[in-house]
Amino acid sequence: MTTTETARDVSAAARLRKTSWYQEPRWQRLAALIGVAVVGAQVTGVEGNNRDIFYALKENFTSTGFAVWLAVCVGIWVVREFAQAPVGSAWQSVKESVKAPAGEVQAVWRKQFWLRVGILSGVLVFLIVLPLLVSRHWQQVLVDQIAIYVLLAIGLNVVVGWAGMLDLGFIAFFAIGAYSAAFWTGSLPVDPPMVLNNFAVIPIAVITCLVAGVLLGAPTLRLRGDYLAIVTLGFHEIVYLGAKNWQSFTGGTSGARVERFSIDLGFWSYSWGLDPRPYYWLLLGFIIVLLVLFIRLEHSRVGRAWTAIREDEVAAASNGVDTVRFKLLAFAIGASTSGIAGVIYASKLAYINSEAFIVLFSILVLSYVIFGGMGSLPGVLIGTAVLVWLPEALRDSVPAQDRYMYLGALLVIMMIYRPQGLWPSRRRQRELHMAEEGTAGADALGGTAGGKQV
Amino acid sequence: MSGPELDKNPGEHGTPLLELSGLRVFYGAIEALKGIDLTVGRGEAVALLGANGAGKSTTLKTVSGMLAPRHGEVRLHGERIDGIASHELVRFGLGHVPEGRRVFARMTVLENLTMGAYRFRRPDPDDLDRVFGLFPRLHERRKQIAGTLSGGEQQMLAIGRALMGKPELLLLDEPSMGLAPLIVEQIFDILREVNEQGTTLLLVEQNASEALQLANRGYVLETGEVVMSGPADTLLADPRIRAAYLGEHVEVD
Ligand SMILES: Nc1ncnc2c1ncn2[C@@H]1O[C@H](COP(=O)(O)OP(=O)(O)OP(=O)(O)O)[C@@H](O)[C@H]1O
Ligand SMILES: [Mg+2]
Repeated sequence: MTTTETARDVSAAARLRKTSWYQEPRWQRLAALIGVAVVGAQVTGVEGNNRDIFYALKENFTSTGFAVWLAVCVGIWVVREFAQAPVGSAWQSVKESVKAPAGEVQAVWRKQFWLRVGILSGVLVFLIVLPLLVSRHWQQVLVDQIAIYVLLAIGLNVVVGWAGMLDLGFIAFFAIGAYSAAFWTGSLPVDPPMVLNNFAVIPIAVITCLVAGVLLGAPTLRLRGDYLAIVTLGFHEIVYLGAKNWQSFTGGTSGARVERFSIDLGFWSYSWGLDPRPYYWLLLGFIIVLLVLFIRLEHSRVGRAWTAIREDEVAAASNGVDTVRFKLLAFAIGASTSGIAGVIYASKLAYINSEAFIVLFSILVLSYVIFGGMGSLPGVLIGTAVLVWLPEALRDSVPAQDRYMYLGALLVIMMIYRPQGLWPSRRRQRELHMAEEGTAGADALGGTAGGKQV
Repeated sequence: MSGPELDKNPGEHGTPLLELSGLRVFYGAIEALKGIDLTVGRGEAVALLGANGAGKSTTLKTVSGMLAPRHGEVRLHGERIDGIASHELVRFGLGHVPEGRRVFARMTVLENLTMGAYRFRRPDPDDLDRVFGLFPRLHERRKQIAGTLSGGEQQMLAIGRALMGKPELLLLDEPSMGLAPLIVEQIFDILREVNEQGTTLLLVEQNASEALQLANRGYVLETGEVVMSGPADTLLADPRIRAAYLGEHVEVD
């Protein structure tokens, strides 16, 4: 090597060692937030005009809307980046002062069984009377959106949050459940072998989804996270296109009418009609039953097996965990939960068509789970409720087509400053903590290739 | 320091605990093991030596069910176990400390050890005491997240985790990899203790001197074949071994 070459290398090293200001994470986060503001202002601003192609750009960048977007985004950035120390220390002192009483509360909570029962039943009573306290519109939202999505999200959480498999085709099972309800209640163009009550369809839908889940899962669950995501996406497309194009069976885009729920015990009968509240109570019942089951699962050997699989499949197998079986189990549990939601959804709306099962809904459910905190049931419940509620709450104040922009902006900001979600699981917090220290990858969804190599 | 003066004759151990015969393992068209014969007697410690890529890890993976042989047999207690999946083999008393440790990085030390006892309903407190007795360092750090342990501590954890499954035969893939000489010494002392407590060891090692001091017998693999085998002290004295693994300049015939 000649001296000039060496000299050039030295200067290259000097250049590499010096990080420019724009390479610092802080400024990159600002750039991302300004990006959110720009996109937000454009999307929520005025629409284009075919005489002046720059009309919308000019209008929206000089509007107060852009100023507000920018102020909010930069404001968040300033607070998070520069007020971190005072806010952090204030938060810390709040934490410290709360710690002792909180510890006592926790101890009381652990010891006092009846107190626990009392508080939980208080929450339960609140949830039961909730639809009596809100308007008809919000009753509909509670049922059609919040409760259905909560049911979907706790199901997807088993697959993504606990077993660590990225499933982008979750709504396919929802569709299978919904079409099972339509088929077995005799609502599709094709007649079933016998017409069943909607409640009797639920176990059938669960079994159908289990079978579909296992058929899809058995050959594909050996794949790593990202490949599995593509396969599930493909599965979703197959189901969706089947529903859309197999007109003679599903009714396609023009849809099919579905029977509503009814119960007839001889001495007592009841039919679910147009009133949304009975559906809410029905859904609440299902959610509570599944929550109890899932909480038990999480703390059982099954839950531990899932955690081990999520961490390291090879090590899990050499500790005696049947990785394929447990992954399949998670997949099947998720699929059947989605199927139950599908039956209830179809029976509530009394009408389904293929457009209720587009892939966007799979993505939405996934984002609710991530927003709430993957693997954390309280997080998933709260996250889903908040994210489904938000666009509805904005309904009267912003144009309908802009509502999801606010949702998107919230998700982006959340992922910049709180990627672990609203109420993260303890393990997920650890993951992020370690990723920051550079001791482990934060790639929670990517496992190692499992199974047997022959 | 010399190894424990145990019985160094495999014949006196009765039926071998582990027996590989004519084992041929393929990765696609590549033949990684070309007919391996190997026995491990009950209570023995056996070392498996060989250059990089000789097929040592492949041998251990085949024994622990991660790979299936195309020809040949693996017998444990005289029963064929080849083709049984690795998670099932744990119940047959097989423990595997894989290459590269593979601790559960986001679990605590204690959670890792509990996972090691997964095949039991709940971990045996005596086993936990035993592991903490062998590795006091793990006891100090039982609440620490495993991914933040040092390499040596992770190796200890990997061994401890395997011991929690009460293995009769413990397979170890390069326990000394990347560790400081002092820690290697410690780990081998502990392995010696584990062996004396009755666990049979099959050990893959690059550190031939430590491995052969611990082991009763040794095998040398070269491109998928056993090229040398015998009592550990014979191998340790063999000029070819000394040249190849201990970096000594010895005239080889
Ligand atoms: N998954 C695989 N696919 C293809 N070839 C493989 C695979 N795993 C190992 N091999 C090959 O098989 C041979 C034996 O590999 P093995 O890992 O058993 O070696 P080793 O003796 O453990 O080496 P080292 O001391 O470097 O760990 C090597 O040539 C390796 O390249
Ligand atoms: Mg190896």
